[in-house]
Amino acid sequence: MLHSTTVILASFAYLGLLFAIAFYADERADAGRPVIASPYIYSLSLAVYATAWTFYGSVGRAASDGVGFLPIYIGPTLMIALWWVIMRKILRISKVNRITSLADFIASRYGKSALLGGLVTVIAVIGILPYISLQLKAISSSYAILVQYPEIIMPAKVDAAPFREDTALWVALILAAFTIAFGTRHLDAAEHHPGLVSAIAFESLVKLLAFVAVGVFVTFGMYDGFGDLFARAAAEPKLRSMLTPFESVSGSYANWVWLTILSMMAIMFLPRQFQVAVIENMDEKHLNKAIWLFPLYMLAINVFVLPITFGGLLRFPDGSVDADTFVLTLPMSERHEALALLVYIGGLSAATGMVIVETIALSTMVCNDLVIPVLLRLRRLRLNERRDMTGLLLAIRRGAIILILLLGYLYFKLAGEAYALVSIGLISFAAVAQFAPAILGGIFWKGGTRAGALSGLLAGFAIWLYTLFLPALARSGWMPIGLLEHGPFGIELLKPLQLFGLAGLDQISHAMIWSMIANIGAYVLVSVSFSPSADEHRQASLFVDVFKQTGETGGARFWRGTASVPELYNLLARFLGSATADGAFREYASARGLNWPAERPVADAELVHFAEVQLAGAIGSASARVMVASVVKEEALTIDEVREILDEASQVVVYSHRLEQKSRELEAATAELREANDRLKELDRLKDDFVSTVTHELRTPLTSIRAFTEILLDDPDVELEQRKKFLGIITKETERLTRLINQVLDLAKIESGKAEWKESAVDMEEVISDTLAAMGQLFKEKNIEVQARLPGKVSAVTADLDRMIQVMLNLLSNAVKFCDATNGRIEIALVERDRCLQVDVRDNGMGISPQDQGEIFSKFHQVGDTLTDKPHGSGLGLHISRQIVEHFGGRLWVESDPGRGACFSFILPTGAAGECVA
Amino acid sequence: MSKKILIADDEPNIVAAIEFLLQRGGYEVSVAHDGENALKLVEACVPDLVILDVMMPQKSGYEVCARIRERAEWRHIKVIMLSAKGRDTEVNKGLSMGADLYVTKPFSTRELMAKINGLLEKNSRPGFV
Repeated sequence: MLHSTTVILASFAYLGLLFAIAFYADERADAGRPVIASPYIYSLSLAVYATAWTFYGSVGRAASDGVGFLPIYIGPTLMIALWWVIMRKILRISKVNRITSLADFIASRYGKSALLGGLVTVIAVIGILPYISLQLKAISSSYAILVQYPEIIMPAKVDAAPFREDTALWVALILAAFTIAFGTRHLDAAEHHPGLVSAIAFESLVKLLAFVAVGVFVTFGMYDGFGDLFARAAAEPKLRSMLTPFESVSGSYANWVWLTILSMMAIMFLPRQFQVAVIENMDEKHLNKAIWLFPLYMLAINVFVLPITFGGLLRFPDGSVDADTFVLTLPMSERHEALALLVYIGGLSAATGMVIVETIALSTMVCNDLVIPVLLRLRRLRLNERRDMTGLLLAIRRGAIILILLLGYLYFKLAGEAYALVSIGLISFAAVAQFAPAILGGIFWKGGTRAGALSGLLAGFAIWLYTLFLPALARSGWMPIGLLEHGPFGIELLKPLQLFGLAGLDQISHAMIWSMIANIGAYVLVSVSFSPSADEHRQASLFVDVFKQTGETGGARFWRGTASVPELYNLLARFLGSATADGAFREYASARGLNWPAERPVADAELVHFAEVQLAGAIGSASARVMVASVVKEEALTIDEVREILDEASQVVVYSHRLEQKSRELEAATAELREANDRLKELDRLKDDFVSTVTHELRTPLTSIRAFTEILLDDPDVELEQRKKFLGIITKETERLTRLINQVLDLAKIESGKAEWKESAVDMEEVISDTLAAMGQLFKEKNIEVQARLPGKVSAVTADLDRMIQVMLNLLSNAVKFCDATNGRIEIALVERDRCLQVDVRDNGMGISPQDQGEIFSKFHQVGDTLTDKPHGSGLGLHISRQIVEHFGGRLWVESDPGRGACFSFILPTGAAGECVA
Repeated sequence: MSKKILIADDEPNIVAAIEFLLQRGGYEVSVAHDGENALKLVEACVPDLVILDVMMPQKSGYEVCARIRERAEWRHIKVIMLSAKGRDTEVNKGLSMGADLYVTKPFSTRELMAKINGLLEKNSRPGFV
């Protein structure tokens, strides 16, 4: 037995628990350890999207439209995938500009327009009223049904009940009290409510738990799982058609598409969604997790919708029980009172969560964007001179909360019975969808203007009122029903449900098509037709280019005037309280290395902007602008000046890009120069070495020549034999000197490209034979065995005959020098292959170490250190030989294993201008 | 007893010239063609004066000079460095290694002999020809 006292006590206990959670979270946040700094809490708080409408209404819609309830959840799932682009930008803009609500966002974007903020607020309040009334209806109906337990009786007509027993009114008042307690305990400049968010996250868990519990109970308790349940449903012809999305559903595809679009907009622009997703957001990074967690939640809460629907339709086939109540009535019919109570709490949870957040968001808008701007304009209230405004602000918000809930109750009384839950919610969705052009256009299109946004919103809202709101009132009997059937004054073309003859669509799609055409059309056309003011221009660029700005000082660039620190401080203290104002100024000052209040910051554009932003957090950007303007002497910037500043800024960006580019080029050039310099240094060092080596090589023979000449000169008594020997040495050393000088000159010619090359067809076999013959005497003297393997006939190479002989002489003299001293042996081979001639000269000396093999071809290198007897030579022979061979397209190299002789080889191409690959 | 002089140079003709000059001057001459041999001969016969070519195989003249200066019992040995490289840095290097004289090639035979005689007769100061 569930007595009404039990139900009421449970309700209050639950609300108390929510409040305790909120209180705890607030305390934690004040202590600097906020529980809501978590992406999971953030994602759960987004689930405030799922209201009593989801909780009870999904089943109701499924009962009439089958899977037609799905678009409401497909929309958000699609939309959240775009959040990385859209929501991240909205988040950044809101943080930078201290946006406090949806209305503030739009007002701020279009030049901090108070008029626009007010309009958005009015649309939001009127548009959301049906939605709030829906929650009140859900709570009071579920209460009314539950207290009848174990009987299942649909609630009697509400207005038939005596006023004192009107549950919905009591629900509205109690919720108002709780909302005031949750949302307006104190004033926060950033409109953060950590306690509220925690409580919302908790209630998201509760409603999910309750719904899944019913789903499991119906599917597995009343039936034997999904298979059994769906099989029984399929056996009923009436139910089978529900499983196919588009056949039995009115409006079919168009309906689905519009519902999906509608809910895509709703997840962003419902005031409560904007509140939890944007205003209460602690960290942009929370988006990363929300992007997959939130769709997961949507999926979880929808899994059991069809099973419960089928369960309900099978259990109550006669239609006596409203499908909207199946979630509650199914457990009741099975006499499962604990589950029924849990369901009631779940529904209460879903409804209160929505009402509290929505009302707080709306009350902020009403206060900041509607009431305060009006009050500020009423000069006789002398609001400008009031010392402390915080009390007034809180009072306005509390009043707004009570008013909004009472209006919701009123709508419930006027129109509540005319529609099912789902239809009421969709009317609200259609209202907030009107914000989409102004917001989305505003963050991506700089061309959108205040006039455009105003026209678009007015046009869209007017169509919404005419095609959705009025019919709701008319159907409830508050207006002549003839309006719907025949149009105003009998003009059929203006029938609210078939505007301009558009028929065949459901009411929502019909309204959406016309309102969106009017809204977007007016927004774009008016925006492009009239040029924006300086303020609008500035705000447009701040919003659209939010990611290009750095820091929070973007707005300060656009301010010029004079201000005083005490006046700004007093202004903040009046609206935020002196403690908050002190804190803000201390923070601002310490960021500049100043010790507030002893040291005051300069009252420059930045400080004025800072004060305005702080103030905007409490009273909205439009009002903040008015208030700041009242204490500072501001020189208005003309649109040209704003443009100039913007241009300057973009020029600076371009300029710095160019500078970067230049400095990169400069770096590259410097590196090149450094490289060239290093090369030059190296060349200079080589030249020095060369000169020094040449000098050394010249001095050595000169020393002998001078010494012996002096000996002979000084001592006429030198014996004849010795005299001959000395003269012989002098002659040899003179020859050596001559040879060296010739080679240096030769090399200089070759290297400078001035050498004369007499090209002709050269027979290498002949060259080798001639050279061997010329050196025959030397071989004999040194007792060297020479073996030449010549093929007899080879192709000619194009080269200089004398040079080729020079190369062969060089190689052979080297071989003579290095071959074994006693058993000297030299092998020469000539081979033709691959259109190349290869000549090998092999000795049987001690060979050349690997590190020396590369070195011996450089100038003046002599493999001296390893030899007891220093070879006599200029050290230029191999170098010159290599230059000659390479000149004719060949290659010269050495192969050697130390201790086993060395083999010098060169190849030359036999073709006219070929090159050897081998 | 005639003074002993060691000539170390890898240019045989230069060695021949100096050898002739010294023998005619009455000195006892030994010859090495590389640094390694030069040190061995110093060890074997401890000459009164060593003429060192700077650029020799195995061990440079600088190295040989440094080795000689390392040993106290060889402190009296006079050292003349002989080189085709006559830049100040090389001269200074030779003198700082402990050479008594640095002579650049080509040299005047008369001056060289005068210096040698001078070095061996009295403790003349280091100098540069």
